[in-house]
Amino acid sequence: MASGGQTILQFPQASTNLTARIHPLVIFNICDCFVRRPDQAERVIGTLLGSVLPDGTVDIRNSYAVPHNESSDQVALDIDYHHNMLASQQKVNPKEVIVGWFSTGSGVTGGSALIHEFYSREVPNPVHLTVDTGFTNAGASIKAFVSVNLFLGDQQLAAQFQEIPLDLRMVEAERVGFDILKTTMVDKLPGDVEGMEATMERLLALIDDVYKYVDDVVEGRVAPDNNIGRFISDSVSSMPKLSSQAFDKLVNDSLQDQLLLLYLSSITRTQLSLAEKLNTAAQIL
Amino acid sequence: MANSGARSFLQVAATEEVAPPLRVVQIEGLVVLKIIKHCKEFSPALVTGQLLGLDVGSVLEVTNCFPFPIREEDEEIEAEGANYQLEMMRCLREVNVDNNTVGWYQSTLFGSYQTVELIETFMNYQENIRRCVCIIYDPSRSNQGVLALKALKLSDSFMELYRSNNFTGEKLREKNLSWVDIFEEIPIKVSNSALISAFMTELQPDTPVNQCDYERLQLSTHPYLERNMEFLIECMDDLSMEQQKFQFYYRNLSRQQAQQQAWLQKRRAENMTRKAAGEEPLPEEDPSNPIFKPIPEPSRLDSFLITNQIANYCNQINGVAGQSFSRLYLMKALHEN
Repeated sequence: MASGGQTILQFPQASTNLTARIHPLVIFNICDCFVRRPDQAERVIGTLLGSVLPDGTVDIRNSYAVPHNESSDQVALDIDYHHNMLASQQKVNPKEVIVGWFSTGSGVTGGSALIHEFYSREVPNPVHLTVDTGFTNAGASIKAFVSVNLFLGDQQLAAQFQEIPLDLRMVEAERVGFDILKTTMVDKLPGDVEGMEATMERLLALIDDVYKYVDDVVEGRVAPDNNIGRFISDSVSSMPKLSSQAFDKLVNDSLQDQLLLLYLSSITRTQLSLAEKLNTAAQIL
Repeated sequence: MANSGARSFLQVAATEEVAPPLRVVQIEGLVVLKIIKHCKEFSPALVTGQLLGLDVGSVLEVTNCFPFPIREEDEEIEAEGANYQLEMMRCLREVNVDNNTVGWYQSTLFGSYQTVELIETFMNYQENIRRCVCIIYDPSRSNQGVLALKALKLSDSFMELYRSNNFTGEKLREKNLSWVDIFEEIPIKVSNSALISAFMTELQPDTPVNQCDYERLQLSTHPYLERNMEFLIECMDDLSMEQQKFQFYYRNLSRQQAQQQAWLQKRRAENMTRKAAGEEPLPEEDPSNPIFKPIPEPSRLDSFLITNQIANYCNQINGVAGQSFSRLYLMKALHEN
């Protein structure tokens, strides 16, 4: 029966090269909200804040949880709370805007589509993040989706959640040190010296690895890889070619500068204790 | 049937609880990341925020925090600031976050955080909360690869002294208080929930070398040391100004005393002549004479704070110089090979 020609189920092409980037703070926040969720809730839902970078990547920097009620067929989100928190957060950092929403638990459920629709009214093309706190796949799976609408002719049929690549930037976490963030209790923050020690140990381990690799290649145990060889020769030759006299002079000059500073600071401290004695010990006769 | 063993409710309410001294501040990894993010984003401007958590025995647990917006110097915005705080606390309570203020955090530039404002903020907080702590984060030092996080508290003896607002030499010697006793630094422990530690373990990248290693192995620390020295020099200037104030005061005081002695001698001589003449001797004191007016002693609070700052700069210089030594020797060893 002809009803105005054939209607084709259109699958839109793979959407733009949208990628998302997450900062570790967001993951921490989500886990914390999950741990603190009210007893009857199975999962936590919240808003993601961040910005869209000029090259199209969505940079997710912050998040907050939004109280919600979920039953088998209904989802209710506390919209006032969402707007209040947003206003408060923007007072501190006006550059962070809504970029999407998150939920814990693996996979996307029916209720999620409704929530996604709500968020797409706030922001065009929101990103949906799922954080699997149940470790159902024996691994930490954090996935990001965007929703794509499926059209049948002119009628919208369904919304399909397509996964987009996610970049977990752990730079800040590395800065703080994974040892602090990984264990459940750290007794003391590492000072300068311990940090230097750890770094030098790692450097030493790396150098040992490279040595071993070169030895293996020379002895024929491992097939030589030209790229790695080029890298190694590049790094070795990047050390500036100074005669050993010039180099020694350089090092000694720097050493002397540092020693001078140390001496200055010790003198200052002596001066401080002297001054304090003079100030408080002076008696009025 | 009042049992002599059981105490009545009134008795229990009447006995004062002696709070165990604060020994450790336990921060969650979440709070550390939030503080770092907030301070770094607005560096070099100085920012503050509120800490929330629980006060348990001798441990102060900090479980969450939120930043304060940058405050304009406008009276109207004061009310807004209070509103913002109430709003945030209310929202956080709805998601089961500990709603209890335990202190505040602030960022600092090169460690120059010892100011009178800090002390006043402490006193303000102390009126409402039994135990509060201030966390200082230094983003410039953290660029060297060190996590520069410090938890501070005012020492009790100093707080009493501050309330009486009396900083003369007498009082300080009485209490045996010197500039080291103003601030107490409390050790920090970091804790994480099991869930997040599982996540971090999974997500840790496999590279053996981290970003912080790159930063630590940087050879050029000169800009940082230069700024540090500049601040140190400025502080020394301030300290010498304070010293001059004291000198001036002492000089005035001794001059006044000499004047008093001279006047007293004159009075005594007069009294001798009057006694010889049979008249009433004049009193040996004359409060209306301006040379008897007591000169106020300058407060030592400023000089203490400046001394604290200088000590801090010196410590930082020591730390960075130590690191540089290690790096230089490393370079030397590498070159010899």
